[in-house]
Parts: sequence; structure tokens; C-alpha cells
Amino acid sequence: MSSNAITIPGIRVEGKPWLETLHEWVTTVDHKRLGILYIIYGLGFLVVGGVEALIIRIQLMHSHSDFVSPQVFNRMFTMHGTTMIFFMVMPVLFGFANYLVPLMIGARDMAFPRLNAFSFWLSAFGGVLLYFSFLGGSGLYGAGNAPDVGWWAYAPLGARAFSPGHSTDYWTLSLLVSGFGSIGTAINIIATVLCMRSPGMKLGRMPLLVWLYLVMGGMVLIAITPLSAAQIMLLIDRYLGGHFFDTQAGGSAVLWMHFFWIFGHPEVYVLVIPAFGFLSEIIPVFSRKPIFGYPVMVAASVAIGFVSLSVWAHHMFTVGMNSYANSFFAITTMAVGIPTGIKIFNWIGTMWGGRIHFKVPMLFCTGFLFQFLIAGLTGIIQASVPVDWQLSLSYFVVAHFHYVIVGGILFATFGAFYYWYPKMTGRMLSERLGKWHFWLFLIGFHMTFDVMHIPGLLGMPRRIYTYEPGRGWDTLNLIVSIGAFIQAIAILVFVWNLIVSYFKGAKAGNDPWDAWTLEWSTSSPPPAYNFATVPVVASRRPLWDLKHPEDPDSRYE
Amino acid sequence: MTAAATSLVEMPQPRSLPYRGKVGMASLIIAESAIFTIFVVAYLFYIGKSLTGPTPGEVLETPIFFTICLLSSSLTIHYASRSLERGRRSAFLSLWSLTIILGALFMCGTGREWHRLIYEHGLTISTNLFGTTYYSLVGLHAFHVTAGLIMLTVVLIFGLAGRVHKDHFRRVDVLALYWHFVDAVWVVVFTVVYIVGR
Repeated sequence: MSSNAITIPGIRVEGKPWLETLHEWVTTVDHKRLGILYIIYGLGFLVVGGVEALIIRIQLMHSHSDFVSPQVFNRMFTMHGTTMIFFMVMPVLFGFANYLVPLMIGARDMAFPRLNAFSFWLSAFGGVLLYFSFLGGSGLYGAGNAPDVGWWAYAPLGARAFSPGHSTDYWTLSLLVSGFGSIGTAINIIATVLCMRSPGMKLGRMPLLVWLYLVMGGMVLIAITPLSAAQIMLLIDRYLGGHFFDTQAGGSAVLWMHFFWIFGHPEVYVLVIPAFGFLSEIIPVFSRKPIFGYPVMVAASVAIGFVSLSVWAHHMFTVGMNSYANSFFAITTMAVGIPTGIKIFNWIGTMWGGRIHFKVPMLFCTGFLFQFLIAGLTGIIQASVPVDWQLSLSYFVVAHFHYVIVGGILFATFGAFYYWYPKMTGRMLSERLGKWHFWLFLIGFHMTFDVMHIPGLLGMPRRIYTYEPGRGWDTLNLIVSIGAFIQAIAILVFVWNLIVSYFKGAKAGNDPWDAWTLEWSTSSPPPAYNFATVPVVASRRPLWDLKHPEDPDSRYE
Repeated sequence: MTAAATSLVEMPQPRSLPYRGKVGMASLIIAESAIFTIFVVAYLFYIGKSLTGPTPGEVLETPIFFTICLLSSSLTIHYASRSLERGRRSAFLSLWSLTIILGALFMCGTGREWHRLIYEHGLTISTNLFGTTYYSLVGLHAFHVTAGLIMLTVVLIFGLAGRVHKDHFRRVDVLALYWHFVDAVWVVVFTVVYIVGR
């Protein structure tokens, strides 16, 4: 950092004592620092959740394995799912939102900086609470430690009788607390986007990433809260003797499933919509063309937000709903494919005829396009009710949603890391290590999740801790596990790249990618006040206008 | 950069972005509405599904007086913030206090009802599904009223200390928005629990 400062001969500026630096970071209300805290926190949990995934894959590598006990296996898949969704993807996406949204709309900070800090520390506390269950989950009974009820905790598994001890309580409380954090951040994002824009930054001129975060914020408000409500009900059942999900007293287990999936399915879209935003920023810059069909992209994003709120029960076709409900949810699920398809066409339309630069961010986004399409197609397959009856609860489903979350969301997020890391640190990530990361991760990903569809089709159920030999699952599972390890190596390369480039990466300058949105007009990393003068915007690409005064975009709007 | 950008186009018209406090509170209200929706759905879903008594028809009495108290507090808080906007501070303080009194009366009503249900009818949150859903839904609303009363009281204390001025009108209005929401939720809860549920 010190080499960034202007050096005055004869005067050596002492670095701050580390305690003061730590104090600054812990008490910060600056959106950029909170963004980085969110991202580092999420990356930490990426490693933790990844280790849990590897434990699962070692156990399933061959039949009759006894690497871990069935109980530990249950804890591992519960913790893996919960960690990756709530404490890895969500914080990283919120981190990018915090960092980028105010910069992109030319604001000084988020609308409520202290609420922002409060939300981050709530989420952070939620993660700590979840992992404290490894120590505190046994309580006085000594039964169990980490939660082992699956990430959806279907009733009556979550009830006292079936989950003695405190592990499920830690799970419930951590999701409740981090859910409140998410709601706080969503409120902040919406208020920032609607109230803090710089002069000339009309809604129709906002970068698509900002639009998509606005949609995500709205979805968090409506979709995360049912989970909070259901967790409160579960706590009432567990602590006050309530009967919400107690079938012995007339309660309904299916109601829990509805409440969980009213949250659970929109949650997928909460996670993928910012990924759409990353693509909509990165693809135009590396194709050297403005985004194709901006208004349609906005409309499609909002449409996805709306339609995805009415698809949840496609997770419940095997429960035995009536045929009208089945048909309704099958149709809505297929309908989500339409706006999503529009978006994919528009990204391809942006690349079409462009001068494409295949730098690492663009590589990851191209991977996203290909993989997210396949993930969507297997989703449409399962939206068909009879097919779902066959495939539900098999490894086909596991392969499908990992295709969405890893092949889609994680790839786009990696692209975002390579694209905005120079802005956050002032240093470029190594292109060479980045290519190693991309190709290793791509190969590992396809080895794992392409092959994982097949044992699912062959009838291998999910969440089993081992299986009989001779069913044709052994070789496939071995390939899946080897792929998982290749992905783990790729992640190590990525983390190594993040660390090494921070100290030794090439200087980035303000605008290393020759991009067009406002964040690239300020220094890298930006000063605490973001912009020395309030930027005034006249088109969707303010930096293009600045660089090409002879042919500004504003002339055509 | 500003100079370069502005030289290309005429300066944009001065515009008024919405007040962030209001947008933030509106967002919170959307989130809270979703939480209440889930509890209301659970209440409606479990009507008549209790395996044992007491049933809502046997024990619930319609709290008309306390409902009038709560709903009229929406009017008083509205006129309180209007008074502040016009700079009439004593009118603001008296209307604000009246709002708190009406809200507190409503809470007394809920307390009395719960006391009667627990001690006369033996209905607790663990008695049956009716008890579970009733105490959760009404309790969730009562929790929001209590939170609102605490915030209103803080404003009142500052007001009595002479610290609330005309400039604070927009902030006070944000709190009023929350209070209107709490009242609107009661309309739904009242309909579900005391009309549909019986």
C-alpha cells in the first residue's frame, strides 16, 4: 500500500500500528471496506464448505467406504449446503453489491452506512453461531454436535424428538440472524439505488448490474422473510412446545415444506440475478460493444423476479399434491425459461460481431453461458412432473443444482473477481495463474457434475452415506470425486493468485479494461469519498462519453 | 471529468430523488408483510384442525374497544406529524402522547385477553394448534406494537426535552409510516382471528 502513496524525498511515512488498522476495519461503516469484509468472509466459508464437500466425496469414492460414520456424513452434507448458500454465496454477492452499487451510481456511500455495518456483523455472527454448533451442539445430552437435518430440515426431523441437543437450534438461530442481516442489506441496496443516484443517472441509464441488484433486493425482502418466519415457528415448536409442524397434534409436515420452498426456490434466483449482473457488465467490455437490448434485459430481469416467486412447489411433486397444483407449478417453472432465454440470447447478441478479448473474466463468463444453458435445460426436464417423480431425490437433482450454483453463479462470481479485483486493490490478478484457475476448474467441474447426472439416472439416491458394489455406480463416483479434487486444486490456485497479486501484481491504474461505467473513473482503490466531484451522467456509458467526445452515446439516447 | 461531461450536454434538470428514510421503511414494511403473511397462512391453514379444545368459538371475545383505540392512534399520529410540519410543537407533543396512550391501551387489552385465556380457559401456546397459531400471530403483532411504542416514547422524550423541531418532520414521518403499518396489520389479524377464525 505504501508504494501507492506519493513519496516525498527525505520523509518516510510510518505505517499505522496493526491494532489501529484492525480497529478501523472492525468499526468501519465505509461501503467499500464492508464490501471487502463480506467477500473475505464468504471466501473463508468457501474453503470450509469446500472441505466438507471433499469429505463427502472421499466417503462416496467407492462402495462400502468407512472414511466417516453415517452420522458425520449427515452433518457434512447439512453443513456443506447451509454454508455454501448462506455463508459463502450470499456474503460474496452482498460484498460486490456493497462495493459496486454506490460506485456505479456515483454515490458517496450506501443510503444507511451504519445499518450496512450492522447487517454485515449480523451475518458474520450467524456464521459463527452455525459453526459453534460443533462445540456447543451436544448440550447436556451429549447427543449429536453439528446439525444433521439436511439444509431444508424437513419436519418432523427438526422437532425435539428427532433432533435432541442443541445442534438444530444453532442451525435455526444462525439462519434467523443471518436472514435479518440479509434483509437489512436488501433494504440498504434498494434505498441506495432509488435515492442516492448522481445527477443524470436516471433509472434507464443505470448499469445493468445495479438494476439486477435492485431486483435482487426486492426478492430478498419477499423471499428470505418466509424462511425467517418458518424458523421462528420452528423455535416456538422446539422451545415453547408449539405444534406448527408437530404431526402428533394435528400439525402439518407439508406446511414446513411449502414455507421452506417459498423461500428456497426464489433464493436460487436471488443468487443467480447478481451473477446475471456480472455478465451484463463483463461481456460488453470484453466484446467492445454496448450491451444488446438494454431495456429488454431490464424487463427480463424483473420478469424473472416475479415468475420465480410462483414456482416453489416444483420441489414437492413427489409429496402428493393434486394434479392442478402439479400442472400449475410445472407451467410456471417452464415459464421462467423464457425471460432467462432472452437474457442468454442478449449476451450472445452482445458478443456477436464484437472484437472479443478472451481475458480471464471473459473466459469465466463464456463458461457461464454454456453451463447455465445446460443447467436450465436439465431444470426444464425436471419441471415435467412424471420425469420428476422418477428423478427427484436422486443424484440427477444434485448434479442439476450444482450446475446452476457452481457452473453458473460461481463461474460468474470468479469472472467478477478477476474483473473488479484491480479496482478493489489497485493490482491486476495474474493472467497466467488465472488461466490455470479457469482451465483446472472447468475440467474439474465437468468431470464432477457432468458425470454426476448418470448415477442419478441409474437410481442413486442423494444423501446416502454409502452404497452396494455392482450397481454400476462405482466408477462414476470415482470420476466425480477426482473431479472434485481438481476443482479444489483450482480454488487453491485462485486463493494463491489473490494473495500473491495483492503484493506483486502489476499496477492496475484507474481503468485497466477500458471500461465504461463510473467506478473506473476514480482511482484504484477508490478514496474514502469515492469521487472528488459529483459525477454528472448523460448516457448509459459515461466513460465512453468522456473518452470519445466526438461521438458520445448521449447523442443517441 | 465533470467539466468534460457537462460540456457535452446541458446540465440535467434539478430533480428530487425520494427520501431514503421513507424508501427504507417502505422496504422494511414489504419484508414484514411477508413475515406476517406466512403467520396468517399458518393460522388460516390450521383453523379447525386442533385435536383438543378449547376452540376459538368457545373462548375468544371480539376486542372492539381496543381495536378502536389502535386504529384511532393512526389518526392521532398523522395529525401529530402534520402539526410538526407546520411547526406547532405543543400540538405535536400532545397528539404524540395521545398516540402512545392509545397504543398502550391496546397492549393492555391484549394483556387482559391473554390473562383471561391462560387463567380461565387454560389455553397456552402448547395446548393445541389454536393456541400455537393464536399466540404466535397475535404475539408477533403485539411485539411490533411494543417496538413501535418504544420508538414513539424515545421521540416523546426528545420532544419533551425540546429537541424535536420542524426540521425533523421527515424522520418523524418515517416512524408514523411504521405505526400505520402496525395498524394495518391489526386489521388483517383482527379479520383472520376474530371474524374468519370463529
